[in-house]
Amino acid sequence: MWWMALRLALRSLLRNKLRAALTVLGILIGVAAVVAMTALGDGASTSIERQMSALGVNLLWVFPGATSTSGVRGEVGSRPTLSEDDSDAISRELFNVQAVAPVLSVSSQVVYGSRNYATRVTGSTPDYLRVRAWTLSRGQPFTDADQRIAGRACLVGETVRRALFDTADPVGQTIRIGRVPCQIVGLLAPKGQGSFGQDYDDTVVMPISAVRARLKHTPGRDVDQILVSVREQYLMARAQEQVSALLRQRHRIPEAEENDFTVRNLQDLMATLERTRSTLSALLLSIACIALLVGGIGVMNIMLVSVSERTREIGIRMAVGARSNDILAQFLVEAITLSAIGGVAGLALGVGAGAALGKAMEWSVRFSPVAAVVALATSGGIGVVFGFFPARRAAQLDPIQALRHE
Amino acid sequence: MTDAEPVIRMEGIEKVYRTGDVLFHALRGVDFSVNHGDFVAVGGPSGSGKSTLMNLVGCLDRPSAGRYLLAGHDVSMLDADARSFARNRLIGFVFQGFNLLARTSALENVELPLAYRGTSSRERRDRAREALALVGLGDKLANTPSQLSGGQQQRVAIARALVTDPKVLLADEPTGNLDSRTSEEVLEILQRLHRERGLTIVLVTHEADVAACASRSVIVRDGRIASDTRVANPRVASPSAMAESSAAGGGA
Repeated sequence: MWWMALRLALRSLLRNKLRAALTVLGILIGVAAVVAMTALGDGASTSIERQMSALGVNLLWVFPGATSTSGVRGEVGSRPTLSEDDSDAISRELFNVQAVAPVLSVSSQVVYGSRNYATRVTGSTPDYLRVRAWTLSRGQPFTDADQRIAGRACLVGETVRRALFDTADPVGQTIRIGRVPCQIVGLLAPKGQGSFGQDYDDTVVMPISAVRARLKHTPGRDVDQILVSVREQYLMARAQEQVSALLRQRHRIPEAEENDFTVRNLQDLMATLERTRSTLSALLLSIACIALLVGGIGVMNIMLVSVSERTREIGIRMAVGARSNDILAQFLVEAITLSAIGGVAGLALGVGAGAALGKAMEWSVRFSPVAAVVALATSGGIGVVFGFFPARRAAQLDPIQALRHE
Repeated sequence: MTDAEPVIRMEGIEKVYRTGDVLFHALRGVDFSVNHGDFVAVGGPSGSGKSTLMNLVGCLDRPSAGRYLLAGHDVSMLDADARSFARNRLIGFVFQGFNLLARTSALENVELPLAYRGTSSRERRDRAREALALVGLGDKLANTPSQLSGGQQQRVAIARALVTDPKVLLADEPTGNLDSRTSEEVLEILQRLHRERGLTIVLVTHEADVAACASRSVIVRDGRIASDTRVANPRVASPSAMAESSAAGGGA
């Protein structure tokens, strides 16, 4: 019965090619939209996850200056209120903190042989790598000893290496940073792009003491920022409060006054980003689903037309012995075939469109086999749901009436 | 069932249609039997109930009251699917409007009843070929209805009715859409099938010269059988003879 129904369905669709193609198009667009939107949404989610892990482990970010806009204040980070002593204090006194890295950075030209490249030189402690969850693909980190003597040892990022060395191994080579010769002791593993397009790998890391003494030529202990890695995710909020309290105490800020520093929890920021993303994906996906629904209604519409056009045929079939289930199967299979063709074509188009869109807009896309299976099953299901009513209408025709139908 | 038992036995058949509050008695107690090998013409004016009677005989509809034994089976109370089964197994239909599937070859049209029987495609093909050969269309297997003349289309329909080896062939105004010459062709085939194969035929017609080809004539009037007579000397249908007298009978 089903085999015969399939043959009849294909024949009927081939007879009305344009009509079938337009109906298929409705489903195709819906499925393609769902597939592409799901892929874009999943891709965005993956890239946010990747960025979160690239930022570092349970990271708190302490800047000098207040965030408050009341009164006349400088922008965040404009006044040097944080020092290495603050950093040491956080590390020493707060149990919830796993590692602390003060950061002092400067833009500088790096030179190797005849090549040069402008990059950001980050001065920090050996703990910096731990805080940023950064590993070395080659070599060793600089040491506490380098830190004490403002040693001329540095780690280079992948982008810097490409600019200066192409594919060669930079470890052991000496580059000039500004006017300071400096030996490369390690190569940072690539991290890729940040959430706002910045390139994490475009950097050189060296001891903070060396940056201060040899590149910035500034006395004192001021730092640009302090990175704090908290022991556990769930301790983030508490650690944030503790860091604030400790710094207020150290900076002797009276109770009524605002902080002269800012502690930012970047995980929170990323979580907000992720929430925005998922809201947006849900919105896009629901629009795609509406497209699919409209496609399904198109199938139902065309099946109703088909049933009414072929009333006489149905009458003939019933007269020579077709049972209602035979007729039901014939039209149901026709509807399912229509939407399944739309589903397969839509899947292909969705993958293609998603990939093209991702490439054009530089979004990351991720196709999951689950989404593909769901899209196909949904299109088949649409055939069943929207084909059932017309098919049942056909199956319940009275053969006498149907035969008399013109 | 033996040959002595009637193929069709209707007893006290009534059919009432309801339109809103109005009841319409299309058939008011019909007793009607057809023996094996009979060739019965059913006539009567329009509105007499003969179409209703034919729908009941053909198991397309169910009587409001009465009993109907078709080839020994009580079919009066069957549901739609069971009636489909009965039609498929016991009855071959020939309609006034041919009722072939458009854009479908003669062969496939003839195969259709067997397809709903679940017959294998090879056997379907063989039997359909045989049936088409029987009506003289062995060379038109691949033609679709639009590539065939009216008479040829009706012959395909007859082949479709025969292919299942039915107990009764039910022809409802089979010559109604045909000119007199092709009408004679169709009647000739029916007479031949009756004569040579002992086929039981019930033929509905309102034309006297068509009814004259049968061996028994039944007239329905006002929902009752008004007369039921043996035809002493059935007219022998002959297309060639008809061609000569077409000036006289062509307008019918």
